[in-house]
This record gives sequence, structure tokens and C-alpha cells, in this order.
Amino acid sequence: MKILGVKSLERISEEFSRNIYFPEGVKVNVGMASCGIAAGAKAALERALRECPAGDSVEVRQTGCIGFCEEEPLVEILAKGKPRVVYRRVTEEKLPEVFRDYMEEEFNKKLILCQMRDPRSVLEEDRENPQEGVIPLKGIPFLDEIPFYAHQFKIALRNCGYIDPDSIEEYIARGGYFAFVRILAEMKPQEIISTIKNSGLRGRGGGGFPTGIKWESCSRHPGERYIICNADEGDPGAYMDRSVLEGDPHSVLEGMMIAAYAIGSTQGFIYVRNEYPLAVKRLVSAIKHAEVLGLMGDNIAGSDFSFRVKISTGAGAFVCGESTALMASLEGKVGRPRAKYIHTVEKGFRDGPSNLNNVETYANVPAIMLKGAEWYAAMGTKYSKGTKVFSLVGKVKNTGLVEVPMGTTLRQIIYDMGGGIPRKRKFKAVQTGGPSGGCIPEAFLDIQVGFDELTKVGSMMGSGGMIVMDQDTCMVDLARYFLDFLKEESCGQCTPCREGIKQMLDVLTGICEGRGKEGDIELLEEMGSMIQKFSLCGLGTSAPNPVLTTILYFRDEYEAHIQDKRCPAGVCKPLFHYEVDGKACTGCHVCALKCPQEAITGNKKEVHKLDQKKCVKCGICYEACKFDAIVVR
Amino acid sequence: MNTAHREIAAAPEELDYFELDRIVGEDYGGDRENLIMILQAIQRRYNYLPRPGLTYLSEKIGVPLSRIYEIATFYATFSLEPRGRNLITVCLGTACHVRGAKRIQEQIEHNLHICDGQTTEDGRFTLESVRCIGCCSLGPVVKVNEDVHARLTPDQVAKTLESYE
Repeated sequence: MKILGVKSLERISEEFSRNIYFPEGVKVNVGMASCGIAAGAKAALERALRECPAGDSVEVRQTGCIGFCEEEPLVEILAKGKPRVVYRRVTEEKLPEVFRDYMEEEFNKKLILCQMRDPRSVLEEDRENPQEGVIPLKGIPFLDEIPFYAHQFKIALRNCGYIDPDSIEEYIARGGYFAFVRILAEMKPQEIISTIKNSGLRGRGGGGFPTGIKWESCSRHPGERYIICNADEGDPGAYMDRSVLEGDPHSVLEGMMIAAYAIGSTQGFIYVRNEYPLAVKRLVSAIKHAEVLGLMGDNIAGSDFSFRVKISTGAGAFVCGESTALMASLEGKVGRPRAKYIHTVEKGFRDGPSNLNNVETYANVPAIMLKGAEWYAAMGTKYSKGTKVFSLVGKVKNTGLVEVPMGTTLRQIIYDMGGGIPRKRKFKAVQTGGPSGGCIPEAFLDIQVGFDELTKVGSMMGSGGMIVMDQDTCMVDLARYFLDFLKEESCGQCTPCREGIKQMLDVLTGICEGRGKEGDIELLEEMGSMIQKFSLCGLGTSAPNPVLTTILYFRDEYEAHIQDKRCPAGVCKPLFHYEVDGKACTGCHVCALKCPQEAITGNKKEVHKLDQKKCVKCGICYEACKFDAIVVR
Repeated sequence: MNTAHREIAAAPEELDYFELDRIVGEDYGGDRENLIMILQAIQRRYNYLPRPGLTYLSEKIGVPLSRIYEIATFYATFSLEPRGRNLITVCLGTACHVRGAKRIQEQIEHNLHICDGQTTEDGRFTLESVRCIGCCSLGPVVKVNEDVHARLTPDQVAKTLESYE
């Protein structure tokens, strides 16, 4: 069947919404994004398929990730007229117990993460809440009552974890492709651009350039125009694009097609990084399904608009996240950036006008078109509208993806939603913006997240990685880590970046290895400002940020390394050693059993001894001790 | 980038040129724009980029061998020398780094007596590092072939590697 208008979408929506919300028998949804699979979801899914009485009463399906990665594998079980229950940490071994728990209506609190109050997406307001009238379970929180989901509002992640990413029909049932098909029939390109401009949507990849303005200027340049999706999510610590591509690939395709119609383009390209094989697989299948329904290809939905998408994979180069480098790589060349005297909206890929947006940006577009610019612009701060997905990771209790309105404070995200720092450790900093960003100390935890707000404190929004660090993270080592990363990833074209980063790294390595000397900090600052001013592309101009912000906020740590030859966090190996704290040691013997070097000795219930000569500072004892009796000196 | 210092090694097995033709021609339309993906397909087939294959590819799509070499050494995924039967990829992304990825890497190096980028003498393992595989919430993460091992601690390393022959 081909889609020829809104009517045919409505038919599919009606049919498949029954399947999503009111299954015939019992439905088991297993979260099968890469993160879930890593936690053991694939084995759980296979066991479910093997053991559940298939065919008549139980349907086992894959979905994307609902974001709470800490509790994965997540399995949701539902049936008509019964509560929708999300079970946590459902490994292969636990699956039969979980299944029995639902079938026999025991609802053991220990197994359950939450129940669903309202599973509808933000685009389904016309539909009645499918859980209306279902008696909720007592003593089990609703999804929105869990602290992790407290401040969340899902637009870009609206379908992740709720639909089978390989089913275009389920995407349609959740309000998908309605925006695009309506636009084809009713709207002029300029009206679309105005809507996006008025919504205040800014590029979610890091730059924060207003999306509508980019579209408009691209549409004004003559020639064969190209729509490009940047899915080269290179910032380490950020994985929201992977989650969208794996959980809801059609939202990105629909966003791209709306952009293509607005700008006047017939060809789209998605540049996905090589480390995301599952995202590529799901995109390939999504494109195929869209073609079958006539939503991609020639004369889409009976109109005279045609559009095709090609997927290209990267090959492991961070710099290819930069627009000009990405376009060079798309052309099958080495990914080297060029100076942007002429912008890519005028001359980019194949020297044609090219519009490049990030995955999350495109995923927002269908929702904005359907709900209106005012609705979107009502959320957020003065200059940063809508919501943003952050990956909350590192030393924080609840790790995962959170989508919050712009303007939410860092403290709300890290403490209310993230649950603070595990193991009673102390918060030290939060790193945002990837290798180009900076570290924000505790004093600024009450700032609101937004493009300009984060820039003001020396960091940046970037693609949304939020890496929390505690007392065990050495800020000098972290700065060294980022520069080591950037030294490897520098394309080598311009001297400030290629040579400057290497020189800064040498100084930092010296400090970490105990060879730091007076004047090193000033030297780092001087070189940093030079690299910022004179590098060719964004990679170079932002490369010194992690060093400069850590010097700004954690100068005392640098000084401890240089003057006292001491690493207070216990990371830089030549600058610390472990000791047993005689007052805290209970003689439980766990450390001695775990030590691979047999460096720890002692009788049970007596204070243990650590042989410094044998110790390789692997940290196993430090992690293993429950009494904090292994200390860094 | 990280392979720049390596030399192009000779092929240990006969290349199937019909198969190469199929990869280049049918799968990727002989299009130069697809060069990176063609190289990836060759690497998937042979586990590395054998020199005779690259020479043949150069003729076939009309791109000088020097340009192909440039690409093969610029991008981190490509290897110009044969790799082990099992590929260990340690994620060194920021989230894994702050949760102790370096210690995991050192433990693997210690156990297998190889450094980042090297292959064990018996050809059982190749150790590589990667910038981020996007499983940041489960760090530190190590990928062995296609299996992702999450929340690893140094003392679990030996047991994890045991099952890979």
C-alpha cells in the first residue's frame, strides 16, 4: 500500500495503535538499543522468544531505549486493561521470574522500575490515554514519579523505547509522518522556514546556529542542493544521537524530508560513525520501509516532490564531525576541514549548497511542524528554546539519557534526576561540551542549561554530554586526557593545532609525571590562547578549553602536582601511593584476596599491611574496600 | 592516523579478485565517493587491508594508490597489517575514562603482554582503543569482536577474555 495523503496515514495509525496500546494477549517489549544489548538485553529477548508461549497469547517485541540506562536491561510488559509495568535489570536469568510476576499479578516491588501513567507521545494529544480506567498498582511509582524522569519532557526522544524501531507503522501510529504529509499538501517552503525560525530551534550538534536561518540561506543559493545529517557523534560521553537513530530512525528521516522540501532538495545524506553499526542497520531498514510506503523516492505521497537518502559511514575520525571535514569525507576523501570564507550553505558537498544539521535537530522538526512554533518557543530560556537531550554519565548514581527543557539547572539534573554522586564521594566538576567544552565546578551548579549560559562559565553546550566527576578524578589528568585525544584527532593541516596541542600535551604530561616546574601553568595559558586565536577550524580553536577551564577553576590541583609533587585524586601514578588506614581497617581481608600482586598481607580482623615495593597502583583494593581504609597519600 | 607508522604488509592468503570486483562494482557502483565504504568492506572480508587489494582497487576506480594510502592511514579504523582472531576494543571515551578505563587497558596489556595496537604472538588477540562507542552509562566498556562487556573491573579482565579462542 502507498501513502497518498493524511487519510491513509490515519488508517495505519488506527490499526497499529491497537497493537501498541491494546495488544490481543500479553506484550513484552525488550529495550534493544546498543546500551541495552551491552547490559544483556539480547540474551533476555532470545530467552523470551524461546520460552514464552508464542503465537496465541504472548508477543515479544524489540524497542529502543527509554533512557534509564543504569537499570538496563529494561523490559516492559503490558496487556489490554492491565497496568503497563517496566521491569528493571532483566537479565536472561531473571526473565522467567519477571514474566511470572506479571502473569500471576504478584508485582514484586524489587523487580519493578515503574508503571506507566500515560504512554502517549507528545504528538498524540488527540488520542485518549490508553491507560485511562486501568486501576494502578499500589506502592509502585509511575514513570513520572521516579526522580530520574521528574523534570523530563520528551520531544526528540518521544518514541525511543515505545515503538519497534523497525516498524514504520508504529512510528505512524505515534503521530509520525503526519507533519510531512500535511506539509506536502498544504504548505509552501517559505512557511516551513518561517515556522522553524519562529520556533527558535538552534542546532543541537554543538554550534547552536539558528536552524531556520541556515535553511533559509541554503534555499537562496542556486544549484543542486543537498540535505546532510550529521550522525558522526564524536564527542566522547555523548550518545543521544545513537539512541535516536537506534530507537526512532524515522523521526530523523521525516525531519530531513521536511528540510528538503523547505530548501528545495532531492538528495539527502546521513553520515554515521563507524562505531554505531546498529544505528546503520536500523536506518537502512527504515529507508526501505519508507520507500515501500511511498514516503521516500519519486512523487512522495502522490505529490511532485521526490527525495532519496544515502547512508555513508565514517571511519573513526573525530574531526569529521566538523561540517567541511564531514563533507570532504562524504566525497570519499580525507576528512580535512577548510576555512569557511564561503559557507557550506553556499558551497559545500560537491560544491553545491548544502544544509547540514545534527540528528537531534532533525528529530525535533516534525514535532515543531505539527504542534507549532509558539508551542516550542514557549519552552526554554530567552535565547535557547525547546528541550535538549543530555547524556548524564560518569560518577553519578542514575546514568542515562535525559531530555529536559532548556533552563533546567545543572543541580536539578545531577542531584534531583541523577541522584548525586555514588559511594558517598564528593562532587568535583561536571564536564560539558566534549573535548571542546569545559569543566564546571560546584559554584556554578545553579546555572541554567542553555547555549549562552554554559558559554558564560567557560564551557559550552556541545552535543550534550554531561560527565560528572568526583573527588577521584584528577583534573590535570583529565586535561591531559582531552589534549591527548585532540592531538591524535588533529588533522594536521594548520600549525597552531598540530604543533600547539602537542606542546601543551608535553607540558601536561610532565606535570602528571612529576616533572612540572614553576611557570608551566602560565606557559599553558599562553599557548592555549594562541591556539584559540589562530587555528583553522573549530577543533583547534576550542582545543585548549578543557585545559584553560581546569586551570581557572582547579588551579590548586595543578599547583599540588607542580609544587608538592602530589596528585590529590590518586590518578597520576608517580605522584601518589596507597596506604592502609589503620583506624578504618577492619581486617576483612577482601583487599588482600583481590590484590593481583599479593602486595597486601595481614590476618583476619587485624590491620593489614601494604607492601609499596610490590604495589602497581592498579586501584583494585581502593575500589574493593567498603570501609574506605585504603587511602591515597 | 594511528596506523601511519605501519608498513603495508603482504597478503597471507590469495585474494579473490572476483569477490573484490563484486564488492567494488555491485555493492558500491565503482563510485569514488564510496571509497571509504569500499575499504571498510575489504577490511571486513580480510580483517585488514591487503596491499594487492589496494593496488587492484586503485586501478579499478581510478584513484592513485597514494590517495588510497592517505585515507587508509588518516582514518583510525583501517589496519594495514593482519590482525588477530579476536579484536579487543577498549573504549577510552570520557565517561569510561573517569570510571577507570585506563586501568582496564593496563590490565589487558599486562595479561596479554601487548600494547595498544599490537597483536599477540599466537594471533589470538589484537588490542585497540576507540574514542567512544556510545555505551557511556555502562562504563568502563570493552568490546571483544561484537560483544560489549559493560561495567568491567580490572579483576574481571582475565575471565572475560578466557572465552575467546
